[in-house]
Amino acid sequence: MKKLNKTTKDNLITYGMVLIAYVAVEIFLKAGVVSSLLQGLLVPLCVYVVLAVSLNLVVGISGELSLGHAGFMCVGAFAGAFVSNCVKDVITAGSVRIFLALLTGAAVAAVFGLLIGIPVLRLRGDYLAIVTLAFGEIIKNVMNVFYIGIDGSGIHVSMKDKMSLGLAADGNVIINGPQGITGTPKDSNFTIGVLLILVTLFIVLNLIHSRDGRAIRAIRDNRIAAESVGINITKYKLMAFTISASLAGAAGVLYSHNLASLQASKFGFNTSILVLVFVVLGGIGNIRGSIIAAVILTLLPELLRALNDYRMLIYAVVLIAMMLFTSSPAGMAFRERFSLKRLLGRTKEGKEEQ
Amino acid sequence: MSFLSYLINGISLGSVYAIIALGYTMVYGIAKMLNFAHGDVIMVGGYVALTMMLNLNVNPVIAILVAIVACTVLGICIETIAYRPLLGAASPLAVLITAIGVSYFLQNVVLLIFGSNPKSFQSVVTFGDLQLAGGSLVISDEAVVTILTCVIIMVVLTLFIGKTKAGQAMQAVSEDKGAARLMGINVNGTIALTFAIGSGLAAVAGILLLSSYPSLTPYTGSMPGIKAFVAAVFGGIGSIPGAFIGGILLGVIEILGRAYISSQLADAIVFAVLIVVLLVKPTGLLGKAVQEKV
Repeated sequence: MKKLNKTTKDNLITYGMVLIAYVAVEIFLKAGVVSSLLQGLLVPLCVYVVLAVSLNLVVGISGELSLGHAGFMCVGAFAGAFVSNCVKDVITAGSVRIFLALLTGAAVAAVFGLLIGIPVLRLRGDYLAIVTLAFGEIIKNVMNVFYIGIDGSGIHVSMKDKMSLGLAADGNVIINGPQGITGTPKDSNFTIGVLLILVTLFIVLNLIHSRDGRAIRAIRDNRIAAESVGINITKYKLMAFTISASLAGAAGVLYSHNLASLQASKFGFNTSILVLVFVVLGGIGNIRGSIIAAVILTLLPELLRALNDYRMLIYAVVLIAMMLFTSSPAGMAFRERFSLKRLLGRTKEGKEEQ
Repeated sequence: MSFLSYLINGISLGSVYAIIALGYTMVYGIAKMLNFAHGDVIMVGGYVALTMMLNLNVNPVIAILVAIVACTVLGICIETIAYRPLLGAASPLAVLITAIGVSYFLQNVVLLIFGSNPKSFQSVVTFGDLQLAGGSLVISDEAVVTILTCVIIMVVLTLFIGKTKAGQAMQAVSEDKGAARLMGINVNGTIALTFAIGSGLAAVAGILLLSSYPSLTPYTGSMPGIKAFVAAVFGGIGSIPGAFIGGILLGVIEILGRAYISSQLADAIVFAVLIVVLLVKPTGLLGKAVQEKV
């Protein structure tokens, strides 16, 4: 173990954490002690972990505040569900189908990430944030009036209504405007979710610690200094943004294959904010923190379900309290004073004195 | 004539956005933070006014005043509890998250008290619609009052910031907090005052909005909140005339887009225009470009 350097060890801990959690959950599932409510949460949990990790790549590593992450999730979800719906009679193996859907969703989201990233990344700070928000809302609104159908002569697209698709009698409407997609095969499961988390971690962690990742972090820390040593700002920012969008698209595919019906209205501003909360609470730029925060905050409202009407209220209070505790100067001083390390350190010193 | 009436409706809706955006932009200018709970203050103002009028049967004028006072106090409370402790925080995102927390908190408190069923708001303006050009152009009384209120608020606020001591203190704090403190300005007090004014304006905006669009739920505030934020950025965030122009333009684009292009795509059109404006002029219509020092 000595030969491993610190980052490799750190990364292995992250992978190990996910694997141990997976094995533990599988054992509990076999033992039958997991409530059906929690079972239903397993796939969304994986979706949110992937979203949080991918958003952390933009917010934490690249240093740009993005408020439109749900938009990429939306694009990926619809693209993936579309493909699955088209091929569900041809390919019957669920795992092959979702693999195909994940690839398509990730690719389509990456294209959107690239197209949106080129103009957006010219802006900075809060202006960039508002434009990503705007794109997220536009994607949601356009998907809401988007109709696509398929018949013998090919694919028909319309932005008006179902009738204007002009489908033949044997035609089949797949994306139906505000009603979205129904009948997507339920191909997602916890194992595929965990595999997607591992792939995401592999991509993101390797990127962060590569030469490209160092360039991205250099731009975040000091744009002008990075530019002056010859780093191509646009290229590296776009790289982080596109990879993040593509992973969000994959998460969307996972999400869409867990639901019988999917509407664009699910991918609004609130979803983007939810994911941003995971990233900030987990620690900006800290990938492992994002995973833990996503898991805890997804489970929290469910664990508080006994409190019924008060659960979202408590969630809000916990959110504010956690933020004050972790980020305010007073809270940080408090943690410094009563941190475990320091308390342990003191007892050690005390022992030495004896 | 229908174009004119759409235009006036747009200006009226835009005036509401402008009043909300003023609150956003003032808080941003002084504290450099996005106050996502601002939209929910609008909703709280609406509920306070509604309760006063329906359950306590008081005069609408008194109901409006009570709503303004309640929101002002709420604004100061939010600032003291959730934002002031984070003023020296390392990451500006920390404040954004507490703002979201406050937003969830307000929505859920109201949800617990009033339930999720939409309540219908009764208009506070009752002098009757204006009939112009022999009855072919009808301007609703709410639109007239909204536009007038917005102009008055705009003028008073500009005078307040330019001419009074407290207003100049705001300008000083937004320029340089440290230097302002050295000049003997009470920085925390000034920030609290900004929050108070912004929240009071939100109450006014809420009542005007609900008088024209009378459905009130705990989530009523969030979409106008986002739109007003967009308006503030549109005009150049931190600039008061910018918020005014941005708000009016946004309202007009939204109503005209809804009337002539597509009612479902109206929001998408608003956001698309915003993107185009920001790409051409990255600091908004009236925003000042900050020179970077190397």
